[in-house]
Amino acid sequence: MKATKTLLTTAAVAIAAGGVSAEEMTIVSWGGAYSKSQLKAYHEPYSEKTGVTILNDDSSAEAVAKLRAMNEAGNITWDVVDVVAADAIRLCDEGLAMEIDPDTMLAPAPDGTSAADDFGDLLVSDCFIPQIVYSTTFGYRTDLVGDTPPTEICAVFDLENYPGKRSLEKRPINNMEWALLCDGVAKDDVYDVLATPEGQDQALAKLDTIKDSVVWWSAGADTPQLLADGEVIMGSTYNGRLFSVIEEQKQPVAMLWDAQVFDLDGWIIPAGLSEERQQRALDYIMFATDTQRLADQAKYISYGPARASSAPLVGQHAELGIDMAPHMPTDPENAKNTFLYNYEFWADYRDDIDAKFQAWLAQ
Amino acid sequence: MTDATQNAGPMLAADGTPLKQSLARSLRRQKLRALMLVAPLLLFVLFSFIVPIASMLFRSVENGIVQETLPLTVEALQSWEENSGELPDEAVYDAFVQDMVVAVDNKTHTRLGSRLNYEETGMSSMFRRSGRKMGKLDPETDGPFKDQVIEIHEGWGDPQTWAVIKTHSPAVTNGYFLNAVDMRRTPEGAQAQPEDKQILIKLFGRTLFMSLVITASCILLAYPVSYLLATLPMRVSNLLMILVLLPFWTSLLVRTSAWKVMLQQQGVINETLVWLGLVADDARLVIINNQIGTIIAMTHILLPFMILPMYSVMQTIPESYTRAAKSMGATNWTTFWRIYFPQSIPGIGAGSILVFILAIGYYITPEIVGGTKGVFISNRIAYHISSSLNWGLAAALGTILLAVVLLLYWCYDKIVGIDNVKLG
Repeated sequence: MKATKTLLTTAAVAIAAGGVSAEEMTIVSWGGAYSKSQLKAYHEPYSEKTGVTILNDDSSAEAVAKLRAMNEAGNITWDVVDVVAADAIRLCDEGLAMEIDPDTMLAPAPDGTSAADDFGDLLVSDCFIPQIVYSTTFGYRTDLVGDTPPTEICAVFDLENYPGKRSLEKRPINNMEWALLCDGVAKDDVYDVLATPEGQDQALAKLDTIKDSVVWWSAGADTPQLLADGEVIMGSTYNGRLFSVIEEQKQPVAMLWDAQVFDLDGWIIPAGLSEERQQRALDYIMFATDTQRLADQAKYISYGPARASSAPLVGQHAELGIDMAPHMPTDPENAKNTFLYNYEFWADYRDDIDAKFQAWLAQ
Repeated sequence: MTDATQNAGPMLAADGTPLKQSLARSLRRQKLRALMLVAPLLLFVLFSFIVPIASMLFRSVENGIVQETLPLTVEALQSWEENSGELPDEAVYDAFVQDMVVAVDNKTHTRLGSRLNYEETGMSSMFRRSGRKMGKLDPETDGPFKDQVIEIHEGWGDPQTWAVIKTHSPAVTNGYFLNAVDMRRTPEGAQAQPEDKQILIKLFGRTLFMSLVITASCILLAYPVSYLLATLPMRVSNLLMILVLLPFWTSLLVRTSAWKVMLQQQGVINETLVWLGLVADDARLVIINNQIGTIIAMTHILLPFMILPMYSVMQTIPESYTRAAKSMGATNWTTFWRIYFPQSIPGIGAGSILVFILAIGYYITPEIVGGTKGVFISNRIAYHISSSLNWGLAAALGTILLAVVLLLYWCYDKIVGIDNVKLG
């Protein structure tokens, strides 16, 4: 009898501990240097201010799948989730993320500009609060590319002048666009061409020319590693990762900003939270996306803040003490030739082109 | 003797009940007590293992989404002939708008779009785009709808669209299984996928082939090692055993990453070969991000699963048998082949089953060292679970994989006999 009692008490304690206590929230992000920058810029000041304990979860790469599963099970354990814009659009469309009114739920800029105007075009979905602008771009080994380092994107497809392996992401997004650009399609026509089966074949045919020299990556850390090992001579990845290879690890790597593809990353709040948790999530969002906080994050990682009013506040790297502005993808010197990623196109065509691309990869 | 013939009736126990009944009762009580002892484990396995797996497998045929999202439309489409080549009539469009208004409000129309997009490309964008406009219509007052709906998106004016909806409206479907074998369910019946989408059969074949190669290379490498371990003096063999067990206890991810360092073109193996002058500097071996990489890394990782059963079987083979054979004039080879080897077969069988079944469902190692040519079907399942979110197809692939494993196990039982497998 006594044993049963102890068992029951243990079970009760375990259940209570597993449940969400009033002073805890789970924030989901990408891990690594990126989560660290959020910890320093947002989580620590917020915990200090309110006493809320923040639990980190590094599952953003699978956020859509996991949120869908949680929604089906009727048990949502996440409070705030960091996702890329395309995933945010998808979550919002499926009713898995809560709609946010920027004017009442987000902090205005210090000069009184409303949040909606301050974020401007970057509010690509009703559920999405952008934090950063990052870009997917190329880095190359300065010691392995010969005497004329590449200056433009088509060097990736130029095996004659730049022989060696290159690393590309194992998905069609960005690769298809770059392939078409280097196959002579004008920048403004890329998505019109890509919407047709012939255009998709054209892009794959261009990628075919370098297929044997490509190492495909699926984690953001792969390309920096491959570059540092000298395994590839150039490779695409997020610009913040290249920053860390170049500035923090001092590897012989340089940036090729040409045709960098801008993308957004930001917060969503899962739909279906209890009133109390929702309130806390909104409070956190309000705090974490104000002008100063967004500028603070740029001290730790080279991603541009998503608010117009934050840009002038971007200062120096917290540890290295170098100016961060020249390393931002949005810096005019880097943004001479950028490529605007079309979220809606990929929301609509992703299923189709993914299937084709994966089949092409396997062949 | 005479007593028994006099009392011709059932034998009675002390309390007067028939002995048979009394025995059965006490046996039943015993069985029940035994069951109570294993009940916690049984319940645990049931709820944490069998129920989730069963519900996941059920997804491979479950298809309620069309009926649930468009109930009125599905009903209205019953009377429409999908092979007539004509558009459905006004009633269908009317029902469709009513359904869509509700669906847009609940935001379920995009999920339906994604579902139908697996069957007919372009459906996803059609539902997403039309939803924005159709959600604003009022089913009571804004009719008739046929022209308005076609105006919103021309796809609704294509009989093919409605045929797809009708074809996929039953609550149970074989569509995912057809997809899993590179076919698809169309209004005209099951057909082959377009050639540029056919990869899954090839992947199944590759998974089976590579698992066989890995199992075979494990047997080749493990046999001499196990023999050595079983025949050397205990003190030495224990030391060697640690060398087998240490990597076995090391994290899978660490071992796989270590192979990455070893195998890459600037890696340890290539550097050594170049330094020795066996390979030219500009012709380094490509032994990672392809099938070779997967086979090497997985052979190493699964090797202990072969060595351990082999070792424990070989240990039980009495040395006197081989000595006896030799004393009667058998050569070394005959002794091995006629006496030792047949006795070690149960170990090979056990190891092979372990390694093969583990290999066929392996996921992490092929993902890291396999590139695009060395990945398995399980990588495809993971892709559909977490990236493309086509859970139905993932469940169908998983079901097929499970069936293949069971089938092979059955074949093994028929040919070799499962009684011949010994783990110790």
